[in-house]
Amino acid sequence: MSNPKSAYNIPTKKSKSGTHIIVVWVDNEAGVLARVVGLFSGRGYNIESLAVAEIDATKNISRITIVTTGTPQVIDQIKLQLKKLVPVHKVADFKREDKKVIFKEMALLKVVGNRSKIDKCLKACKTFNPVILDKTKKSVVIQITALRREIDKMNKKLKSNGLVSTSRTGAIAMTRGSEIFK
Amino acid sequence: MSKLYSGAEIVFKCLEDQDVEFIFGYPGGAVLPIYDELKNHSSIKHILVRHEQGAGHAAEGYARSSGKPGVVLVTSGPGATNVVTALTDAYMDSVPLVCISGQVPTHLIGTDAFQECDTTGITRPCTKHNWLVKDIKELSKTLHEAFRVATTGRPGPVLVDIPKDIQFAKIKYTKPKKEKKSNGKLHSNFSQEEINELVDLIARAKKPVVYTGGGVINSGPEASESLREFVRMIGFPITSTLQGLGAFPGDDSQFIGMLGMHGTYEANNAMHDCDLLINIGARFDDRITGKIDEFSPKSKKVHIDIDPSSINKIIKVDLAIVGDVNEVLKAAVKTISQKKNGFKNSNKQNVSKWWEKIEKWREKDSLGFINSKKSIKPQHAVQRLYELTKNQDTFITTEVGQHQMWAAQHYKFNKPNRWMTSGGLGTMGYGLPAAVGVQIAHPDKLVIDIAGEASVLMTMQEMSTAVQYNLPIKIFVLNNQYMGMVRQWQELLHEKNYSESYSEALPDFVKLAEAYGCKGIKADNPDELDVKINEMLEHNGPVIFDCRVDPNENCFPMIPSGKPHNQMILGPNDKDDNKITGKGKALV
Repeated sequence: MSNPKSAYNIPTKKSKSGTHIIVVWVDNEAGVLARVVGLFSGRGYNIESLAVAEIDATKNISRITIVTTGTPQVIDQIKLQLKKLVPVHKVADFKREDKKVIFKEMALLKVVGNRSKIDKCLKACKTFNPVILDKTKKSVVIQITALRREIDKMNKKLKSNGLVSTSRTGAIAMTRGSEIFK
Repeated sequence: MSKLYSGAEIVFKCLEDQDVEFIFGYPGGAVLPIYDELKNHSSIKHILVRHEQGAGHAAEGYARSSGKPGVVLVTSGPGATNVVTALTDAYMDSVPLVCISGQVPTHLIGTDAFQECDTTGITRPCTKHNWLVKDIKELSKTLHEAFRVATTGRPGPVLVDIPKDIQFAKIKYTKPKKEKKSNGKLHSNFSQEEINELVDLIARAKKPVVYTGGGVINSGPEASESLREFVRMIGFPITSTLQGLGAFPGDDSQFIGMLGMHGTYEANNAMHDCDLLINIGARFDDRITGKIDEFSPKSKKVHIDIDPSSINKIIKVDLAIVGDVNEVLKAAVKTISQKKNGFKNSNKQNVSKWWEKIEKWREKDSLGFINSKKSIKPQHAVQRLYELTKNQDTFITTEVGQHQMWAAQHYKFNKPNRWMTSGGLGTMGYGLPAAVGVQIAHPDKLVIDIAGEASVLMTMQEMSTAVQYNLPIKIFVLNNQYMGMVRQWQELLHEKNYSESYSEALPDFVKLAEAYGCKGIKADNPDELDVKINEMLEHNGPVIFDCRVDPNENCFPMIPSGKPHNQMILGPNDKDDNKITGKGKALV
């Protein structure tokens, strides 16, 4: 049996934990984010990243995208518990490895240094759709969109080339093709 | 133009439209406009408690014994924080409560005003949903929605926080709309295929057991009727959780007693050895399962529950039926009676060997105890209380601890909604205020709180409420001068180091009763017990009964923490070879 949570469970073997992206459509009302986040902290689920914004101003619907890790049983619980919340309309769940879904995260990178350092950085960012948002003689602000681990890698790599500040969003997700999640 | 009503008036109009008869509350600055309005609504009676926790538990007792939602009215700040324990208790045991709290005026919210607290923030994790009404236009809609959320699906508590300026503001009143779309929170869309599968499993089972819980009670009295029909039809043994007691008659031969930590030997062994386990409206709580890895290892498991998040939460099941217990059972009964293959009769043959085994386990008489002529054994006291009250329709509430388990083991319930106890949260101090609520709902019935002396002191002030409204509740205190369950665990786990579990300075309960203006009775001898109990029953008014019992008695049988169902401690002489060791010690 996998690893259920109970006062009486003495863990013997752990089932495999996987990374999932949970997408939640909610009424955009006061306290709704606190309800969702409180559910995670109260029941001991973890949040790797979180992105939230209103997506439909007339219907007041917000879309919350949460990256979390857990065993299949924990992921099931997360979904079922989320569905119980009154302002929650629907819940979708994607595996990180799912090829049918696009995951993207955005980062803003501030690099301070001379020309050659900045050029090196821009070159390194090439595969991640770099956009230069601001440029001075000794600095640049680059916007990139990529996967979480790619941004992690860039973050490390550019440190030696003058990266002084990073700001990043949580992951957001969208299915490929014409289908939408109902 | 239609008439304008103040927010306070709208609160009462909503309560009237929801057929509310009683509210349990305590006034304060931020709810004064609502209290001012009370006099104009004669169909609603306010019960003044002595502490907001008492209001919450009284409303729980009212709700659980009547099937209607309990309504609580408290002020802001401390009023709201005091009710948090009761809300959490109701959340754990799925009791429908609507709590209305006052709040400081909207322009003062966030300023650390007098008696301000973040009520919706504090109660968010212990309610099904809560609302802060910042606009008078939202008030009536929110209150009706609150009743709907509290009573539909798996019931539970909700809270509506109303700032004082909203209570004064004026607006037109709109009646509640007829059931609109329920936002996907109602779940009773099981399929006939699932029922067929269940019936199929039933037909093939050789060693089945039915395990029922509070969900049967919550599904309404009809569900208990359906359960009885279902279980008698299939002839299976049936056990129940603490919360489910009364759904099936406790004195029926098919009933094998409560299961779990302090359940019977036969019920727990049946759970362990069965080949088909049918869970009806229970949630595989840790008091029931014992060690998860060794829980009912050989069985196919079926789970019938209205809450989809209960399915596969603790125990993975083979067949899940999400729906209202009554609906599912009715469908199952219908399908079984339609089947022409005659299994209705043959199945009982299938399980006759299993019944023989269960009868062997029964012979162990696991609830037995060594009675005494010198001191009152607590089990004996509960048995006498049962014998002397079983001929009337009696409602029992309890506090939490040894007395609660003895009550569950030795008091037999034949009807649903007669047993009110705090199971999930285990709230000491629940029973006395709950008895107040039960007596309000059933003014002519006998209501007894089987209590422990430590628990009952936590909410003793509500005796004053009982006296004020002349509620003839009987507080039957099994007084062993210890926090008995704490002492029992210290004996089993901590080498009899009875750290702080002995109450040095207990009050004289007879004098205490008299101080409250009710009757006090004391019994410390088994010979006088029956006479004294009858004296209590004959008194038309509240009574505190100080039953001085053997202080060293422990509650058996018991599944020690970290052990599976088939490794129970049966009695005081049994525990040496069944010690709690290793990791089991760290469990609660």
